[in-house]
Order: sequence, then structure tokens, then C-alpha cells
Amino acid sequence: MMRIECPWCGGRDETEFHYGGEAHIARPEDPDALSDEAWADYLFMRANPRGVHAERWMHAQGCRQWFNVLRHTASHEVVAVYPMGAPRPDHPETAA
Amino acid sequence: MARYSILSLARNALTGHRDWPELWRSPEPKPAYDVVIVGGGGHGLATAYYLAKEHGVTDVAVVEKGWLAGGNIARNTTIIRSNYLWDESAAIYEHGLKLWEGLSRELNFNVMLRQRGVMNLAHTEHDVRESIRRVNANRLNGVDAEWLDAEGVKAFCPTISISPDVRYPVLGATLQRRGGVARHDAVAWGYARGADARGVDIVQHCEVTGIRQVRGRVTGVETSRGFIGARKVALVAAGHSSVLAEMAGLRLPVESHPLQAMVSEPLKPVLDCVVMSNAVHVYISQSDKGELVLGAGIDSFNSYGQRGGLHVLEDQLAALMQLFPAFSRARLLRSWGGIVDVCPDASPIVSKTPVEGLYINCGWGTGGFKATPSSGWTFAHTIARDEPHKLNAPFALDRFTSGALIDEHGAAAVAH
Ligand SMILES: Cc1cc2nc3c(=O)[nH]c(=O)nc-3n(C[C@H](O)[C@H](O)[C@H](O)COP(=O)(O)OP(=O)(O)OC[C@H]3O[C@@H](n4cnc5c(N)ncnc54)[C@H](O)[C@@H]3O)c2cc1C
Ligand SMILES: [Zn+2]
Repeated sequence: MMRIECPWCGGRDETEFHYGGEAHIARPEDPDALSDEAWADYLFMRANPRGVHAERWMHAQGCRQWFNVLRHTASHEVVAVYPMGAPRPDHPETAA
Repeated sequence: MARYSILSLARNALTGHRDWPELWRSPEPKPAYDVVIVGGGGHGLATAYYLAKEHGVTDVAVVEKGWLAGGNIARNTTIIRSNYLWDESAAIYEHGLKLWEGLSRELNFNVMLRQRGVMNLAHTEHDVRESIRRVNANRLNGVDAEWLDAEGVKAFCPTISISPDVRYPVLGATLQRRGGVARHDAVAWGYARGADARGVDIVQHCEVTGIRQVRGRVTGVETSRGFIGARKVALVAAGHSSVLAEMAGLRLPVESHPLQAMVSEPLKPVLDCVVMSNAVHVYISQSDKGELVLGAGIDSFNSYGQRGGLHVLEDQLAALMQLFPAFSRARLLRSWGGIVDVCPDASPIVSKTPVEGLYINCGWGTGGFKATPSSGWTFAHTIARDEPHKLNAPFALDRFTSGALIDEHGAAAVAH
């Protein structure tokens, strides 16, 4: 089981958290202006990397706050935790 | 290919079974092929087999980064059924089930298909209504389906508890009698042997690291054993599909997750059907060796780690205790995980791509074992003719742009 560092409550077991999928997918400002391809990309296409992944977690059984996590999808190592709205931090393995 | 028969068995008995030929060769990769298939799992091997057998395309290599059948094909719980809700799904899965029914003979290799019946349990009024709807839809599509009430469930599977004194009592079940289980390794080995005999090169320990294109057309693959040229490249990498697609500059709608399974110590025969429950979420069958084979849902997060959390297994076991209190004393032997490629509509992609000569088969997620034959069969058609068969045309990549999704989440009780 993974341990995840909640920015407000500290390190807790994975079972206290809810996973929210890929981070930084902004809803398009003007969906009507989008092509079908761009809309499909927003709705369905995902990075799904084997490596460091920016993703959202929510501390469902604690403070119930959402936050972002950089986590390696093969080792499951959490390499950074940062607030919603903040840009993705630099990380050697994330330069892509 | 040396055919297996009672005569060959007797002949080899005389020499102490030391002279059986290898199932397939291990050739060095040639500089180029007509078709390079990336991924030596069940679907990749089936694709190679049907390319050679149905379309006469034999200048084919299957390149596999690990060993043949070390991925999901050898990690799954082998449940086979075709009772999906929507017409498109019913058609492709039923085609698969029909191929399964003739597969041991077709491949001259015993895939140990056992059609012992698959029950999908209903635990709520809503479950009951959806299940009966699915039975009706299945029948209209020529897929065998029956509705059993709770007493009928107990009669079909005496080990199960239908006690009303639990949080989610069993109210009934759909039954597909032609559903069942098969031997996962045998399917892969049978297809590999059949493909090899028709001239397909199976190249193991050869990882694809790049996909070469010239002006929007594939020209081959970079691998850990050098460049291999190809007129056509077919990606069938299950959990690693996004990684390969990215090499060709494509984004996919799939996400990779761990899916775990486990087996108990071997027991005397106690369960001669497959039982699946979405509501309390576990599915179970008993293997020929006597092990109870269990599984359920994915771990929630994206992963390529081929392992998951213990709490996910605990949830499945809690569900099992409600359905089969008698199994509480059984000891677990081992658990493992595979990486499954999950699509937003829980349906697969068997498709051409925007890159000429590049084809992709993925998104089977937690339920592609049952489709191994039809996945390979339709994908081979798509590659050979450069256009989909009518069975897989609805499962194109562009359905995510057109909006014509085939939403099998829950609708088909689609755990597996
Ligand atoms: C625990 C578990 C239980 C399941 N239970 C069921 C079930 O009961 N019923 C059902 O219908 N389905 C089930 N499934 C799903 C089913 O196993 C899969 O949908 C199906 O096996 C996927 O197709 P495959 O056999 O070709 O995949 P795989 O066997 O995973 O083949 C893909 C291959 O691609 C190779 N590869 C990846 N990247 C590269 C590269 N860069 N270069 C070369 N090769 C590469 C991999 O090494 C792998 O061998 C289950 C899956 C799991 C994990
Ligand atoms: Zn918290």
C-alpha cells in the first residue's frame, strides 16, 4: 500500500485517499469553438506515461482537500506534492 | 508442424518422450518483414496466426520484449462469456466464443475450454431489472442467456449462500451456459505453434523502443536488437499501449491500471461454475488443480508496476465471505497483478490509426482474454485488407471523436 503525504494532515495510508486521475486538464474556455478532435482530446485522451505522472488525489477520509501529486507509475514513488492550481514542479524525470 | 494425435503419443512414448519437437523456433529477426506485430501476448499471437491462416500473410514477426505469454495472457482469471449488452459487443464477443468452441481442434492443441456456465449475480432491484434487460438483449442477438431467481441460483451452484440476512442478498442471476474458463497458457502456446508452423517468426526478448515513419507512413521499428523494417506495424501491447502509441506521436484514450488476482490452496471439487458479482464485487471459479481463482476490480491509480494494494484483495475476500461463507477456512496461496489498459467506455480499440501502415489493438482492459480469438481474427483482417471487418469497425479509434461510444460499463456487468 502506498503512503501519501497530505499537505494538511501529513503522511497517511493510500486507503484514506481518493484518486482523481491526470492533473492539469483544464476545461476549455469556449467548448463551442473547439474542433471535434480537440474536444475528444480534452474529454478522453490521456498522457498515461510509464514514468512520472502528474495526478490529483483527495484526502477523502481526512480533510477532504484536493491536491496534486507527482508519482512514478512503475515504482509508485511519490516525488512531489503541491497545491491545486499550482504549476507542475520541475523534476529531473519530468522534462518531456 | 508435428501433429499431436494418439499415434504421435504412442510413438513418442517408445522413445521416453525425449524427442517431442519444440513448439516454435527462436529465430534471429530478419532485416525486414511485411508485418511486424508488437506484443507476444494472446492477442498478438492470435493476430499472427490468423494473418497467416486466413489471409496468407506469412512474412510476419511477433516481437515481444519479455518472454512469450508473460503478460496478461498468463495472468488473467480466464473467464469467457459473450453476454454483453450492446449489439456491437455481443457480435464481437460471440464471434470469439464461437471460435473458442472449435479452437482445440483448429490449433491441434488442447486449450482446455470448459463451458461450465457463467452466472452474473443480481443483488438489488436495479441489478435485477438491468440483468433481465441484458438477458433479453442477448437473446435478440442470438447469445444464449437465462434468468435465474435466487432458488435457481442455489440449484445451479449449491455452495453459494442466498441468505436474505446480508447487506446485499442474492436476488437472482443471469446465466450463460456456454460461458466458462480455458487454460490461458495453452491458448498462447497453441496460437504461437500454429503461427510458427506457417512461417511467422516469434522473436522474444526484443523490446520495441521506437517507431520509424517517413512522411506519415511507418517504415519499421527500433528495437533492443536493432532496426526491423516493416511495411505494416501492428501494436498489441495491452497495458503498454500508450507507451508504444506515444512513440508514433499518438495519444490514446486508455489508462493503465493494476488488476490483481489470487488463488487458494487446492481443494476438492466444490464449485463447477463461474460466479461473478459486480455489486459485492468478486468473481470466482475453481481450477482443474482445485484452486479457487479469485479476482475483482482494478487498483484506482495509473500504474505500470504489475502489483497493487493488499486492501484491494481484502475487499474482494470480504465479498467472497458474504457469497461463500464456507470458503472462510481456505488459505490463500498467492496473488499477482497485471497491467490492464482501460478505455473510457470499457470497450476495446481494434483499429487503423492516422499513421499509414500503423494499426492498434488495445483497450481490452480487464476483459480481453475471452476475446483473444476474435481480437486476433478481426485485427488480422484489418491489417491484411487495410480496412476493418464489420465486426470491429465500430471499435475504431475515431469513435472518441465521433461520439459513437460503446458504453459497456456496468451495462454488461463488465468486470470481465
Ligand atoms: C488479473 C487479471 C485478470 C483478468 N481476468 C480476465 C478474465 O477473467 N476474463 C477476460 O476475458 N479477461 C481477463 N483479463 C484481461 C486479459 O488478460 C487481457 O485483456 C488480455 O490478456 C490482453 O491481451 P494480451 O493477451 O495480448 O496481453 P499481454 O499478454 O499483456 O500481451 C502484451 C504483450 O506486449 C508486450 N510488450 C509491451 N511493450 C512492448 C514493447 N515495447 N516491445 C515489445 N513487446 C512489448 C508485453 O511484454 C506483453 O507480453 C484479466 C487481466 C488481469 C491482469
Ligand atoms: Zn488531509
